[in-house]
Parts: sequence; structure tokens; C-alpha cells
Amino acid sequence: MSAPAAGAAKRVLAKGNEAICHGAIAAGCRFYYGYPITPQNDIPEYMAAHMAEHGGAFLQAESEVATINMILGTSSTGNRVMTSSSGPGISLMQEGLSFMVGSQLPAVIVNISRSGPGLGGIAPSQGDYFQATKVAGHGDAHLICLAPHSVQEMYSLTMLAFDLADKYRNPAMILGDAIIGQMKEPYDPVPYVPAVPDKPWALTGARGRAARHIKSMFLKDGEIEVHNWKLRDKFRKIREEEVRFEPYMLDGAKIGIVAFGTAARVAKTSIQSARKEGIEVGMLRPITLFPFPEEQVRDMASGVQKVLVVEMNTGQMVEDVRRSTPHHERIHFFGKPCAVPTPDEILEQIRLLAGRKG
Amino acid sequence: MKQVFDRPRTLLDARFHYCPGCHHGTIHRIIAETLDRMELRENTIGIAPVGCAVMLYDYMDIDILEAPHGRAPALATGIKRSLPDRVVFTYQGDGDLASIGMGEIVHAANRGENITVVFVNNTTYGMTGGQMAPTTLLGQKTTTSPFGRDFRTEGYPIRMAELLAGLEGVAYSTRVTVSSPAHIRKAKEAIRKGFEMQLKGMGFSIIEVLSTCPTNWGMKPLDAQKRVLGEMAEYFPLGVFKERKQADFA
Amino acid sequence: MTKDIIMAGFGGQGILMIGNLLALTAMEEGKNVTYLPSYGVEMRGGTANCTVIISDEEIGSPVVWRPGSLVIMNGPSLERFLPNLQPGGELVINSSLVDARKVDRTDVRLFQVAADEIARNKIGSRQMASMIALGAYVALSGVVGLETLIGCLPKVISKKYERFIPLNVNALKEGAALAGIHA
Ligand SMILES: Cc1ncc(C[n+]2csc(CCOP(=O)(O)OP(=O)(O)O)c2C)c(N)n1
Ligand code: SF4
Repeated sequence: MSAPAAGAAKRVLAKGNEAICHGAIAAGCRFYYGYPITPQNDIPEYMAAHMAEHGGAFLQAESEVATINMILGTSSTGNRVMTSSSGPGISLMQEGLSFMVGSQLPAVIVNISRSGPGLGGIAPSQGDYFQATKVAGHGDAHLICLAPHSVQEMYSLTMLAFDLADKYRNPAMILGDAIIGQMKEPYDPVPYVPAVPDKPWALTGARGRAARHIKSMFLKDGEIEVHNWKLRDKFRKIREEEVRFEPYMLDGAKIGIVAFGTAARVAKTSIQSARKEGIEVGMLRPITLFPFPEEQVRDMASGVQKVLVVEMNTGQMVEDVRRSTPHHERIHFFGKPCAVPTPDEILEQIRLLAGRKG
Repeated sequence: MKQVFDRPRTLLDARFHYCPGCHHGTIHRIIAETLDRMELRENTIGIAPVGCAVMLYDYMDIDILEAPHGRAPALATGIKRSLPDRVVFTYQGDGDLASIGMGEIVHAANRGENITVVFVNNTTYGMTGGQMAPTTLLGQKTTTSPFGRDFRTEGYPIRMAELLAGLEGVAYSTRVTVSSPAHIRKAKEAIRKGFEMQLKGMGFSIIEVLSTCPTNWGMKPLDAQKRVLGEMAEYFPLGVFKERKQADFA
Repeated sequence: MTKDIIMAGFGGQGILMIGNLLALTAMEEGKNVTYLPSYGVEMRGGTANCTVIISDEEIGSPVVWRPGSLVIMNGPSLERFLPNLQPGGELVINSSLVDARKVDRTDVRLFQVAADEIARNKIGSRQMASMIALGAYVALSGVVGLETLIGCLPKVISKKYERFIPLNVNALKEGAALAGIHA
């Protein structure tokens, strides 16, 4: 299926992985490089079939190490570029990502995450939360990180990721998993105009202008420190201006769930059931994981009696929740590493916290 | 003791998970038979790749280490340096060895690392669902070369056995197939030679095996066999590309 | 109203195709819908299944552990999914390949359709078995309209196989008619 034009009137039934491609193409991404890995192969396969018809290029790189450096190259010319991978592949990209943060180069990196550590498995997992939100390889580097929980968001957050990456000259990651990657759902190709800023830093050949250099090495006295503070200011601005989240049935809630992506999706079902049982429960769903909605979590945590963090791992985002609120005693964690929790399992946790017997 | 099965001792009594008509199973078997015949089972360490053969440890009753994708030759180097008197071999697919692992294989070979490499070339990525490999033939359609491989954008299929034969450190480089009983005999002979050279400390040996992937080629097993001896063997000629003689080994 | 359906059978029976068609039809009717296929390693075992959820409300979990409906095209799938079918749930089985005596529950609404036989003898192609089962399920449950379903066929059948659309239409109608009699 060809990518629909943004603003087309009709809803489109698409796989999450496909919607990412549609979003990328609508955002003006014309270059895709990648290396096969399950469970995201639909993305390179789609781009292999469709990049050319949009006047762009698809290339299967020899590895993820090569991939991220091809990304770096195209980005340095000012064009929008994307890759996608999973677990081991994203790990291999860490060096390049650090170079991109250091060189202040935008790109979109999609992580349809799988189970780890190591080769792990291809079951859906949220075990890459720390990697996606805390670091971009070595150095004091971060990625902007967006966590879709529907096919609609796979589409629209991909477009947003391109805009944010360009705005801040920093790589942005879409953190999904096999469930939202493989599931089909209708999405609305919402009207959208890519926000592409001028790129007075792009390497295009120094015809009629001073030569430009893009680099991440700063050896002169104090230079790298200045550079780090500059990046810090940028990340601070991102934290101040780019937080996105969805409050879900939080009115009058005594229990507040914090969950993202697929876990949040399942939690919605549990919350609906619990509400029917008369339990006042709601959810704060972070859409941006970096920047993390700290203030919103803090406010929610001070308004409820209990906070339940649900993740498909053994406990990662829960540390950010703890960091956001002084009410540590209110925080409870329910984790399911490398598996999707069932609505009943989460409901059971909610009932326990509400003091109900299941 | 009477031998009841014709299953080699080294081969575990497990059902292969490979698709019908896939050569991985045959290649496992001949490695196992060779290790048996040379009485090397208890002295051998194998490295499993990332690829369809990742579960090598389910089939072979020898010590086996699972490598990250493409890094088997580096792991093998680490083992061999630490235990030089053990026989060390890697088992790798074409995505594993010739794409992501190109760096590791070239440098292990160039160092003359005293290991044996069994390289399974099926012109595609089996495990991940039939994407283009560095060995994919020109015009071959895969899920990431949907219009057929084009040399102008994807380059040419890599002939690994020839490429590595050009390196000083390589003692033995050959290409075989297991598409008929006669070819299987030759393949077994080649693997034996590889292990023998390793035992003699002569350096790096690679046995490239042209192999099938009926599933991702969209072919019936018999047609897949034919493809190996047909267009594959035409582009990837069978034969020995380098064989170090005892005499010229300094 | 929310309906969740698991469809399961052998790979090659067209399970993912009918799931996709049902999802598309639901979207055409303006409903919310999710469709989740089995993927990856699970496919190696030669089985295929998918989950479709259709609702007027926002759909939460796209994964379903206790489905309200089952469309079961082969024996192993019955064993795997029947224990989790909700009491009162709809169970369509392809009685050509599934032994109805193995349905050890009396608290479900069982409908048997000899889909393979009908496909072969009446429609003229065994490939149509899953379409017959889908037709039957749609008529039984009323989850989407048969006309919309038929109208969506051209969207899931590639140009290459266009000539088979009438066959698919017949299969859907045949399944629906059978269910109509028994419903
Ligand atoms: C770093 C990394 N990237 C990608 C993958 C996904 N992956 C698993 S197997 C494989 C290639 C398999 O092809 P090949 O080596 O030709 O072996 P075959 O399956 O055909 O035997 C890939 C890309 C991975 N496991 N790790
Ligand atoms: S996918 Fe290909 S390589 Fe893998 S087991 Fe099947 S036939 Fe063999």
C-alpha cells in the first residue's frame, strides 16, 4: 500500500510498522538505511518497495554500525533520514548515536524493541527504557524519545519525531514493540506540514560561502566543556518545552497508573473494568519518555493515594517516577518482563491496591 | 557395543527445526560425522552464529558458544588463544559472515587464526524472513530487493572463498555443496581437511557450502537443489581456491 | 458494544486474510478495530492465528486472553483456544478438520460448518474454506454487515488474484446462508 497523503479524508487500516513508514514519508523522509532484524522487518521491506517512487533511496547496510553512520552522513547534508532496528541492532548504533548528538545532527531512529539481554528473544518488551532515555552511547548524550501506544501515534509521532529532531538538531527515537508494530488499526492521516527549519550548518559544498565543518571532537582548552554545557542547555529546553502525555480517567482517581506504550494500552482495558467495579483509578501515560513528564507525575502522585507503575520489564521507568515525587511510599510496581501483561493481571493489582478481594 | 543408529555420536537425537529441503541439517550431520571419525568430539568447541543455525547447541553434543551476529570469528579467536590445543570452528550464514561479520572474518583470516570456518551460503537471510544477503545473485528478488538485486545500487554478490583465499593467513579455502551424495562426500572431505590443517597448526581454513533456503526462495525442495547446482554454482564455482602444502608453511 | 474474536488454523488456510478482511470491514462501518496477527517464530510451527477486536469505544488491549468468539479452522487450534473462550461465547468450527466431539464445553454457542467440504464441492476451491467460516461467523454474530464485507473484498485481494473475487463472494454468502438457517 502506498503512503496516503497527509490530510487525506479517509481512515487507513495499517500495521503499526507500516504507519511509521507512512508518517516518515509524509514528513519528507526520503532516505532509509537499515539492517534486517525481527520484529521490525516490515519497515525496511516497506521502504525498499516505496522509497524510489518518492524519489528517495533505500539501502540495506552491511550492519547496524554501517547503518547509523550512513544516517549520520545523509543527515549532515540536511536531508531527513530514518532507520529502524531492535535490541542488538540498537546497541550497535550507540557509538554513532553519540557522535550524532555530539555533532548535533538530527535523524529518526525507530526501536521496535524485543526481549533482552543479549540475543534474548523477539517477544515484546520494554526492557530498552533505560537505553532509550538515559543515554545515546557514551558521553553526556540523550535522545529525544517518543513512545506511541496506537497505530495513530506510530504515524503522527513519527512526524513529530522528525520535527523535534530538526528543531533541536538531535536524534529522536520512536520506542515501540512488536505488538504495536504488528497490530493493524485505522489511523487518520491528519493534515500536517513538516516543520523543516533552515539548516545553515548542512554540508552541501562550500560554493560561494565559508566552508562548514561538522564534528564532535573539541580538543582546545575548555572547548569540550563549553560544548557540553551548550548541549545541557538544549536538553533543558527540551525538558521544559516538549513534554507530552495523556491523562486518562484521572478525574477523582485515588489510584494513578503510570505506563507507556503497549503496557498503557492494556492498562486502559483494566481501568475500564475497575471503574465498572467502582474503583477510582486513572492513568498518566507519558508520550515523551525523554523528556519525562516529571511535573505531571509529581502532581498526580500528590493527588492520589497510590501510584501503580506498570512496565514490560523488571522496573525501569519506575525509577523516573520515584525521582519525580517525594511520595515514594505510594509507589507500587507491577512488571512483566518480555511479555504483555493481561488486563486481568493489571486489574488484580488495582483491586489489591484498592483493598478489594479479586 | 553394537551401533544401533546411524546417527553420529556427536549429533544429538533431536529433530531439526529446519524447513523441509533446508541444507542446514545435512551440513550439521557431516560436521558431526567428521568430528566422530576424527575422534574430536570431546576436544572441540563450536561457535553458533545468529541465523537459522543459532540453535546448533540443540543438535551437537559438543561445547558450543553462541555469538553475537557476525562476531563468531572474534569469539573463536578468543577461545583458540586461550585453549590452543582445542579444535575450534565457527558455523556461519552469509548474512552473519559476509555482511555484518565481514570485518571479523577478514581479520581472523588475515591473522591466520588457527580455526575452521563452515560458511553456509544460501544467498539470503533465512532467519529474518528472506532479506537480501551480500551473496544474493543479481536479479534475485528478496524482501529487501523487491525489484531484484541491481548491481548499480546493491553491488555484486560476494565470492567469499575466493576473497579470503587472497589473504596470506589462509591455509585452506574451498567451496562445496551438499546437493547430491557425491557432493556430500566431497564436502565431508573438505571439512575433514579443514580440521586436519587446524590440528597441524597450519592456519585459517574456510569451507563455503552452497546451500538451500526453499522457504525464502519460494521453491520446492527439489527445485531448490537444482538452483544450487545451476545458477548458484555458475556464479559461485565449486573448487579449491587455496590449499597450503606442509612444505610451503613456514 | 465490543466483540473480540480469535481466528486460528494452519498457515496457508487464509486465517490472516479473513482477519484482515473483517478488520477492514469494521473500519468501513466506522467502528474502532484492532487486528493482531501471530508473527515471527510462532509462524514456523505452521500455525497461524489472529485477534480482531471491534468496538464502538476506544479499544484498550489489542491482545485478548479470554475471547468472546472463536473461529477455529483446525484441530490443534481448538485445543489451544477453546479453554479460554468466554462462557456464552460463539464458537465456529470447521468440522471438516475439527472433531466436534472434542468440544468439551456446553456453555458456548457452537456452530459447525464443514468448510473444507463445502469449499471443494460447492464453491469449487478448497482455498475458500476460511471465507465460508467468516461468512458464517458474520451472519451468526452480526458484528458487521455481509454487504460491507463483500464490498471490502477487492481491497484485500491483490490485483493478481482479482479473478477470484466472485469465488470469495460465493464463499462468504454460502457461509452466511448456512449460519442464517441455524442461527
Ligand atoms: C546486531 C543484529 N542485527 C540483526 C540481527 C537479526 N538477524 C538474525 S539472523 C540474521 C541473518 C541471518 O542470515 P544468515 O546469516 O544468512 O543465516 P541463515 O538464517 O540464512 O542461515 C539477522 C540479520 C541480530 N540478531 N543482531
Ligand atoms: S528459513 Fe531457510 S535457512 Fe532457515 S531453516 Fe528454513 S530453509 Fe533453512
